[in-house]
Amino acid sequence: MEFSDAIQLLLIGISQGCGYALIAIGFVFIYRATEIVNFAHGELMMLGAFMVLTFSEIWGLGFWLGSALGILSLGVFGYLLDAVVMRRLVGQAQATIFILTVAIAMMLRALAGMIWGWTPLSLSVPFSSDITFGGVVIGLDRIMIIVGTVVISLLLYAFFSLTRTGLAIQAASQNQLAAYYSRIPVKRLIAVVWAIGAMVAAVAGIMMAPVTQVDTGMSIFGIKALAGAVVGGFGSIPGAVLGCLIIGVAEPFLDFYFPAFKGTYAYIIMLAVLFIRPEGLISQTFQKKV
Amino acid sequence: MQVLFKTNYDQDINYLVDRGERVRVLLALALALIAPLVVGGYFLSELTMFLVYIIAGLGLMVLVGFTGMVSFGHGAFLGIGAYTHSVLLGYGLPFFITLPAGALAAGLIGAALGRAASKMHGFYMAIATLAFAIVVETGIGAWEHVTGGHMGLSVPPMAAFGWEVTAGPLQYYLILALVVFCIWGVANLMRSPTGRAFVAVRDSETSARSLGLNIARTRIKAFFISAMLTGLAGGLLSHLVFYLSPESFGVNESLKLLLMVIVGGLGTITGAIFGAVFVSILPNLINLLQNFLPSSIAEAAGLEQLLFGAIISGFIMFEPEGLYGRWRKLRLFIETFPYYKRATFTRQKRYLKTERFR
Amino acid sequence: MSELEVNNLVVAFGGVKAINDVSFSVEPGEIYAVIGPNGAGKSTIFNAISRVYTPQFGSIRFQGQELLNCEAHEVVSAGIARTFQNIELFENATVLDNLLVGRASKVRTGALSEFFFTPRVRREEHEHRRKVEDILDLLDMQHHRYEKVADLSYGARKNVELARALCADPKLLLLDEPASGLNPEETADMSFWLKDIKEELGVTIVMVEHDMNLVGRIADRVLAIAGGEVLAVGNVTEVQSNPTVQAAYLGTDA
Repeated sequence: MEFSDAIQLLLIGISQGCGYALIAIGFVFIYRATEIVNFAHGELMMLGAFMVLTFSEIWGLGFWLGSALGILSLGVFGYLLDAVVMRRLVGQAQATIFILTVAIAMMLRALAGMIWGWTPLSLSVPFSSDITFGGVVIGLDRIMIIVGTVVISLLLYAFFSLTRTGLAIQAASQNQLAAYYSRIPVKRLIAVVWAIGAMVAAVAGIMMAPVTQVDTGMSIFGIKALAGAVVGGFGSIPGAVLGCLIIGVAEPFLDFYFPAFKGTYAYIIMLAVLFIRPEGLISQTFQKKV
Repeated sequence: MQVLFKTNYDQDINYLVDRGERVRVLLALALALIAPLVVGGYFLSELTMFLVYIIAGLGLMVLVGFTGMVSFGHGAFLGIGAYTHSVLLGYGLPFFITLPAGALAAGLIGAALGRAASKMHGFYMAIATLAFAIVVETGIGAWEHVTGGHMGLSVPPMAAFGWEVTAGPLQYYLILALVVFCIWGVANLMRSPTGRAFVAVRDSETSARSLGLNIARTRIKAFFISAMLTGLAGGLLSHLVFYLSPESFGVNESLKLLLMVIVGGLGTITGAIFGAVFVSILPNLINLLQNFLPSSIAEAAGLEQLLFGAIISGFIMFEPEGLYGRWRKLRLFIETFPYYKRATFTRQKRYLKTERFR
Repeated sequence: MSELEVNNLVVAFGGVKAINDVSFSVEPGEIYAVIGPNGAGKSTIFNAISRVYTPQFGSIRFQGQELLNCEAHEVVSAGIARTFQNIELFENATVLDNLLVGRASKVRTGALSEFFFTPRVRREEHEHRRKVEDILDLLDMQHHRYEKVADLSYGARKNVELARALCADPKLLLLDEPASGLNPEETADMSFWLKDIKEELGVTIVMVEHDMNLVGRIADRVLAIAGGEVLAVGNVTEVQSNPTVQAAYLGTDA
């Protein structure tokens, strides 16, 4: 492998990792607020991409308007998902709730396949040209993923540390009962967290669409992002982002050198990390207070 | 309703103390014994499949229902059992050696996974088992010169020293015997210290530890037993599908097993059996449903997946105790008619039970 | 020799010292109460003794054996059983099963023989059951035997937890707020039972308790702590009249 190839793989890896990170940000938020691990987050991203595709291409509203509507529709979907389904399960065993999210994932994938078909569709985006510098060719769409991740992270950071709602959500995530007693509408805020998580997933869907095409198989990124978040440590956003970057960068190289297990290296890395450090690279306490 | 006056500790240890229960179990057993005399061919092979799924479901029940650990990867153990059994059978070993060997292989790999998983927190474990299933599926596909890779592996006949168990009543009775043996064994475990340890670890890790249970050891044990049973089911399953390919033991198969235990009713042995019944008649139900749906929906690819998902979520949301729970309520309704109160089963209001340390 | 000796114990979370250089000793057969305002570090001491937490410094000796060399699940075999502040029962099992899990440290059969339920397993089950029935008799709760814990009242659950700890045949019981949340009658019952346990079974009891009436009625000695440090040790009247203890509860101006 030549040096420029290596650089190219590295850049692809970083952008891929950022894509995972965008998804991970969404479910880590949801996890921190509700202790629910949303196995269906990859499906939310897929749904987001399909909605944008519908609005911008099928309805012909153009990319930007279509994206805005797509993201918004996912926000509504996320809100309803919590209000109608997840809220009923408060207090049930965690195990049951994971299984439920997996079941929701199955349904979303099947529904998407039935509505939009099982063959990949392409979404044309305004940033699809290639950039060349020093013998390295990289798609603008790849760069946009990295830029998008940084922008979204900053926006979310600002939202959670500066706005009233953001602070209220932080309070509710720390202690639901105490937040409730301080007149914070915990239920509604948690639904808002779901909405934000789903909207971030939709952005991830738009960003990833040009490099992967839009199809039901996209949802696999959700599981890889979960793997990344586990590698880095689920409890914190920076940890999850770091883990996703590690996975994203390692994947293309391992696929290149050892193609036998192509496509599964994200899981192999995660299993290896968990075997050595059962709590992930950045450990956190899960121990219950007695 | 029969009121039991207990005069002996054995009445709490023995199963089937209740007369009605005894009658029902004997009836089911009698039906299972005469079934091959009444039905044949296709229906008998369906019944055999149902029996195999009982063993697999029992395996997953030990882990998910009794010990409270979620596995999204039990399809992999089914695969490990099936492949080990078939490959060894291909080398000419008798089936009564290869079958336990397949179970043991699955059990040991399960224990190894369990050793790593035992230190993990709930959902890390779930994700790890999911990743494990994907890796195993890929691994079976990549290990071509033994497993035949994605081309598949045709299963040799179930034979020992020139004697062969052919599909049909003989195979059916053999599997029935194994099912009864497994149910008996698991029921024994659940009424002894190990079974109680499983439940204790599920319900409160902290106090289980303070009472002297080694959490990691208990979990590894549960993983071992669970994977072994599922591996045994895999070995038996290979003779019903004739042809193994890695795709048939992927995540979808794992989810089907999970569907089975949830629909059946988590935490009971009867639940595993009810779940197996449900999974066995599900394809027929889907066929039936397709007749009523407009053809654009009925013929769409993915309908089965959609229904799988809908069934699991429906049960989790509306009847977390599964079919077994329904059956219990129905029985109580009939036994205590007209005094049945819906409130008997209403759960207390619950709050988010945090599992985090703050 | 003292039954339990805690020396120079330090437990810190991050930079916060929850327990700072605490030493005390408990004599065999006494009821020893630990009191102190909220956040004083009472439960932390218990959690250090039962090895839920690992102290940064110090030693905990039980009958001469250093507990810090034990794993959390080995403490009970040394002879120490405990209850929890927020009840930690096996919710989806019957009271009987909960108490049988209490026998876990005495189990000598393995999974293989249990799979086949050999006669030996049955014999041992009978033994465990007899012990459990003794405890049920002692705490007068035979009528709850087949009830699910999830269906029990709060007070009954407290008793089940006490009974479960007793099933392990402990020499030392650690009770974390045994009377909190109980009504006056239940508290009175509890105080009788604790005396019975001390006198009939010869079990040493260390308890964290806020109810000073209960403490006054049954405790032989009292340890008062605040802010992770020992304020006073002595009998109830001595500790209650101690000016530092009063200051810790009521503020320095009182």
